[in-house]
Amino acid sequence: MRDIAIVSFAQLPSERRADPRDEAEMLEPIINEALGKVGLTQDDVGFTCSGSSDYLIGRPFSFVAAVDGLKAWPPIRESHVEMDGAFALYEAWVRLLHGDIDVALVMSFGKGSLGSIPDVLNLQNDPYYVQPLGLDSISSAALQARALIDAGKATEKDFADIAVRSRRDAMQNPFAQVKGEFDAKKILKEEPYLASPLRKSFCPPLTDGAACVVLATAEKARAICSRPAFIRGIDHRVEANSLGLRDLTVSTSARLAGERAGVGKAKVDVAELHAPFAHQEIILKEALGLDSSVRINPSGGALAANSIMTAGLTRFGEAASRIMDGSAKRAVAHCTSGACLQQNLVAVLEAE
Amino acid sequence: MTEALTAPYVLEYTYRRSMGPVIGRFLEGLRYEILEGVKTADGRVLCPPQEYDETGAPTTGEFVQLRPTGVLKSWTWVAEPRANHPRKTPFAFALVQIDGTDSCITHILDAKSPKELETGMRVRVRWAKEKRGTIQDIECFEPSSPILLGPVHLDFSVMPGVHQTAYLRGFEQGKILGGKCKATGKVYVPPRGASPVDGQPMDEYVEVADRGVLTTFTVVRIPFEGQKLTPPYCFGAIVLDGSDLPFYHLISGVAYDEIRMGMRVKAKWKPREEWETSVENILYFEPTGEPDAPFESYSEHL
Repeated sequence: MRDIAIVSFAQLPSERRADPRDEAEMLEPIINEALGKVGLTQDDVGFTCSGSSDYLIGRPFSFVAAVDGLKAWPPIRESHVEMDGAFALYEAWVRLLHGDIDVALVMSFGKGSLGSIPDVLNLQNDPYYVQPLGLDSISSAALQARALIDAGKATEKDFADIAVRSRRDAMQNPFAQVKGEFDAKKILKEEPYLASPLRKSFCPPLTDGAACVVLATAEKARAICSRPAFIRGIDHRVEANSLGLRDLTVSTSARLAGERAGVGKAKVDVAELHAPFAHQEIILKEALGLDSSVRINPSGGALAANSIMTAGLTRFGEAASRIMDGSAKRAVAHCTSGACLQQNLVAVLEAE
Repeated sequence: MTEALTAPYVLEYTYRRSMGPVIGRFLEGLRYEILEGVKTADGRVLCPPQEYDETGAPTTGEFVQLRPTGVLKSWTWVAEPRANHPRKTPFAFALVQIDGTDSCITHILDAKSPKELETGMRVRVRWAKEKRGTIQDIECFEPSSPILLGPVHLDFSVMPGVHQTAYLRGFEQGKILGGKCKATGKVYVPPRGASPVDGQPMDEYVEVADRGVLTTFTVVRIPFEGQKLTPPYCFGAIVLDGSDLPFYHLISGVAYDEIRMGMRVKAKWKPREEWETSVENILYFEPTGEPDAPFESYSEHL
């Protein structure tokens, strides 16, 4: 199997509203930045894949308009997933394995500010049994958080500590949206519940954002990047959609994806986990077998910026950046999708 | 940066969904208040019924009728409902394991406050009045308490006896009466049927003063079942002048942190026109302002 690496990453600063830009206008600067960092142009790209969801802005086929952000004439090889950009990265990785091209461009954008994200995400629930009840994304996550507390696996204090650490780390990340010194005791004392036991600080911010990653096969990667982040393993798994058929306190899909990706084969220096809700970090750490020696989400993670459809690709970009900048030798990148961690994509990235 | 142009925009999909033999049968059953689960190939029961279980295996098509009760497995309290929520007032989303099943149904749970809710509690279905063959034919779940209320109420008369009668009659005239022990000469308030010292009748009544020494006291700050007074209040033991045993009444007319042992107190009577045959003719005892009694003078009464 061909060795494939992440060689470049660019992202927009995450913000509550990315007005007045449209999707193409959000993508254009970061595509050029990501390609420019490794001295490539659109003409060098053999395959382009994007991840986004039309439901976020309510406009069907919005990803087609986003192709305007590329140089798409003469016609290019292009694909799209109605998923986070991390799943587009998976498709690009598969496409590079075909052997006929050596560079792929992956991008994603999310402009959730035009609609109501918690309500839009009810559309991922069962249309017969759950959608009519209006189960928003915060409430479904709260059912999971309560189950975790009832199982004795976590406390609200743990959730607060994760939120405080994430937003403190985000102070070092110029692209993060919610950052600063917060006090766990104050959060527990003063913040009302949005949906008990979840308080605002245990939930992700609403974010507009875009991200872009460049993948290259080994030889090309070494030629254009001093320290490529090689993808040593990557796998994704999905569980039943119905919350009532799952044990919400564990993530079997993340565990299996982590095992298949080879997370446990050697020491992990850093992990970028896509845990939109604080309690989900606890579930993911257990599922992936990450102990306290692993640096979790130095970027601040999804509690600091959670552009839907982009936050997962950003985890891949951030984890790869820790390899490329020399601060880590082996990193785990993770993306989730669906209610209560229904789908999980895990990759192991390594320096040579 | 240029100001962004925005305009309202509504997205609707007016889909019509066919339901098939599994979901269709379940939802049609709800219309008639019939709750069913479906059996899986490995013998489990799922409610709501699914066409495939979580392992991807098709379910058997064998339906099991269920009772409309279950156990609350997880819940979240929605204090401020969103526009798309099914209720305008606070409610809970819940995962409920219907009795006899191996999965959970997601639904809403009605309660007045999250204090009523606890994972593991029993809940029951509340059926909607008007049914349309949808998941909302279950209006919601509601707590189902295993407690049967069993109040007891019996009417009796109470008779205070000869000596207590004399004592209470005394209050009609604004007097506090004690009974004198023939053997020791000690005066007990209220009077007793027999002297505890020699067992002889105590039928000599003497009037004692409506003032005396506070020997000890307690400030009640916690509420309890059946409480008539609103906390905080102070209850004290008073040795009235001319008596030899403490008598108990409320202490007031003074800050609670100034009440002390040995304090001289006097009765605060109700207005005369409100007097009844009751010790409650005295509202409470309050400080007289006299110097405190020395400890030795009342230490035998503690």
